[in-house]
Amino acid sequence: MEKIVYQKSKGLTDATLSYCPGCTHGIIHKLVAECLEELGVLEKTIGVASVGCSVLSYNFFNCDMQQAAHGRACAVATGIKRTRPDSVVFTYQGDGDLASIGIAETIHAANRGENFTVIFVNNAIYGMTGGQMAPTTLIGQKTTTSPFGRSVVDHGEPIRISEMFATIPRASFIARVSVHNVQNVRNAKKMIKKAFQYQLENKGFSLIEVLSTCPVNWGMTPYDALQWVEKEMINYYPLGVYKDNYENK
Amino acid sequence: MSKVLLKGNEAVALAALKGGCDAFFGYPITPQNEIPEYLSKYMKEQGKVFLQAESEIAAINMVYGASGAGARVMTSSSSPGIALKQEGISYLCGANLPCVIVNVMRGGPGLGGIQPSQADYYQITRGGGNGDYRVISYAPYNIQELYEFVQRAFDVADYYRNPVMIAIDGLLGQMMEPVDTSVEIKKREIPDKETWATTGYNPTNKRRIINSLYLDPQELEKHNQRLIEKYNQIQENEQMYETYFLEDSEVIIVAYGTMARIALSSIATLREKGYRVGLIRPITLWPYPLKAFENLPTSAKYILCAELSAGQMIDDVKIAINGRLPVYFFGRQGGMVPDPEEISAVVKKIMEEK
Repeated sequence: MEKIVYQKSKGLTDATLSYCPGCTHGIIHKLVAECLEELGVLEKTIGVASVGCSVLSYNFFNCDMQQAAHGRACAVATGIKRTRPDSVVFTYQGDGDLASIGIAETIHAANRGENFTVIFVNNAIYGMTGGQMAPTTLIGQKTTTSPFGRSVVDHGEPIRISEMFATIPRASFIARVSVHNVQNVRNAKKMIKKAFQYQLENKGFSLIEVLSTCPVNWGMTPYDALQWVEKEMINYYPLGVYKDNYENK
Repeated sequence: MSKVLLKGNEAVALAALKGGCDAFFGYPITPQNEIPEYLSKYMKEQGKVFLQAESEIAAINMVYGASGAGARVMTSSSSPGIALKQEGISYLCGANLPCVIVNVMRGGPGLGGIQPSQADYYQITRGGGNGDYRVISYAPYNIQELYEFVQRAFDVADYYRNPVMIAIDGLLGQMMEPVDTSVEIKKREIPDKETWATTGYNPTNKRRIINSLYLDPQELEKHNQRLIEKYNQIQENEQMYETYFLEDSEVIIVAYGTMARIALSSIATLREKGYRVGLIRPITLWPYPLKAFENLPTSAKYILCAELSAGQMIDDVKIAINGRLPVYFFGRQGGMVPDPEEISAVVKKIMEEK
C-alpha cells in the first residue's frame, strides 16, 4: 500500500516561489503554512505581506492576504485585527522592513499588545534591492553600501530585535530561531506554532525572529551561507525564547 | 425639525457615527482634535473601534488594513498630518480601498501655523503620493453641509472603492452653527464587499488579496487604465457646485469653503451698491466642477478666484475658463482670514479698470 508520508502544506498555493536558490525564505514559508494548517485556522487567517524579498508572499500563502507599504505591516495588521478580532492575523517582514523603516509601527503594536503574530525574517541585509546594509548587518560585514565592512563608528551596532522587544511588557512571546539545519527547523516550527497558539488564546503580541540566509548577496554558496548563520550570526544573535508572559504562570 | 448647536469638528464625529463608521484611527493635531476626542468616547460606547495611533503614518496604514478587511473606516488630521498620510493614500487608491479622510486645513508650509487655510488644495487635488491616482474631495461651507457630506462620503467611498476626503479649514472645524441632525442622506447601493475584502478565507470563494503591486508593466498599465476608467466615471457623475447670482453677473467670484462664505457677504454688499457680482462655489474640489463654467452668462467679463492660499485652485479655474475670460486672484495666507470688504475692494478695482 502506498502511503503519503509528506506533502506540501495546504497553507501554500501552487505558485512558484520567487526566492533565490539557497535562500531559506521558502523553509520559513513552509513552517508558517504548516502551522496554520495544523491549527486548522487557514480559513480565518489574514496575512500581511511587507516590502522586501517577501513582497510577493501574498501569492504564496493560501489565505486572505494584504500587501502593506514599506515598514507598515504592523499598522496594517492592527487595522485588520481590531476590526476582525476573530481572524488570525500575521505579518511576514524582513529586517529592512521591520528593524529599520518600520520599527516604530512594530514597537507600538507590541506595546499595545496587539493580538497578532509577527514573523520577522532576519538575513542581515537588504536582499531584494541588491544587498545593501541593513540595521541588522554584522560588524565588518561587506554590503553594496558598506563596501569596507559595517563599522560601529559609522553605523552603530546591529540591532537585536528580540532582546529589544523582550523589554516591552505587553509583548507576550518573543523568540529567536534559525533554520540552518534540521534540528533548528523543527524548533523554529515549534516556536511559530506556539506564537499562533498564543494568538488563538488571545494572549497578545508575539514575534518570532528567524535567522535566514541570503547566499546571493552574501556572496556565498547556499552551504556556506548556512554555515555563516551557525558560526557568525548566532554568535551575535543568540537563539532562544526571550520572553514568554505565560510560561510558569 | 430640531436643530442642535454643533462645533464643526463635533459635527464631523457625529456624522461619522451616523454614516456607519466602524473604525477610527488618528493622531492628535490642531485644529482637528475634537474629532478624535469625541469619537474616543462614543465609538467605544457603541462597541466600535477607536485607536489613537503612534503617528499619522501608522493611522493611515491602520485605515488601509481595516478597509481591506471590509470595515467602514475614517481618519482625520490637519495639513502637515495629511502630508504624512500621502503615501498611504496612494496605496489606498492603488488597492481600490474606500475610506474617509478628514482634513481640517491650517497654514503652511512646514509646521506653518494652526490658523485656517486652504493651502492644501494642491495636496488634496494633486496629491503628494506617487502614481496616477485621484481622491474624491468635498469642501463644505457650513456645518450643516459638513454634517451631511461626511455621511455621504462613506457611501461614495464604498460605491467607488476609493478614498474620499473632507476638506475644511480650521475656521469651519472650530465654529459652531445650528445643525438639523434629522436630515436623512440618500443612500447608494453598495456592491458586496465579500468579493474583495479580506474577511478571513472563505472556502467557497477564491482567497482575496489587497494589493497595489504589479511587477509586469503590461499588467500595471492595465491596472492604471482600470483606475482611469473609474476616475472618468467619477468626473462624469460626481461634480458638485452651487452658483449664486450668475444670471447678470459681470464679475464671477470662484471660491469654496470659508472663502465662499466671505465672498457671499461681499457680494450682498456689492449688489446693494449696484455691482453685478456672482459666485461659483465648487463643492467637489476633485472632480473639479468644470460643468459650472460651461454656460456662463454673456454678461460675464471677469473671473476672480479667491482663496485662503497664494493661489492654487486658480489653476483649475484657468483650465475651466480655458482663456475665455481674464482670471484675477485674491488670496490671504498663513491663517489670515479676510473681511468681506477686502474682496469687495478687489472686485471694484477690477470693474473700474475696464
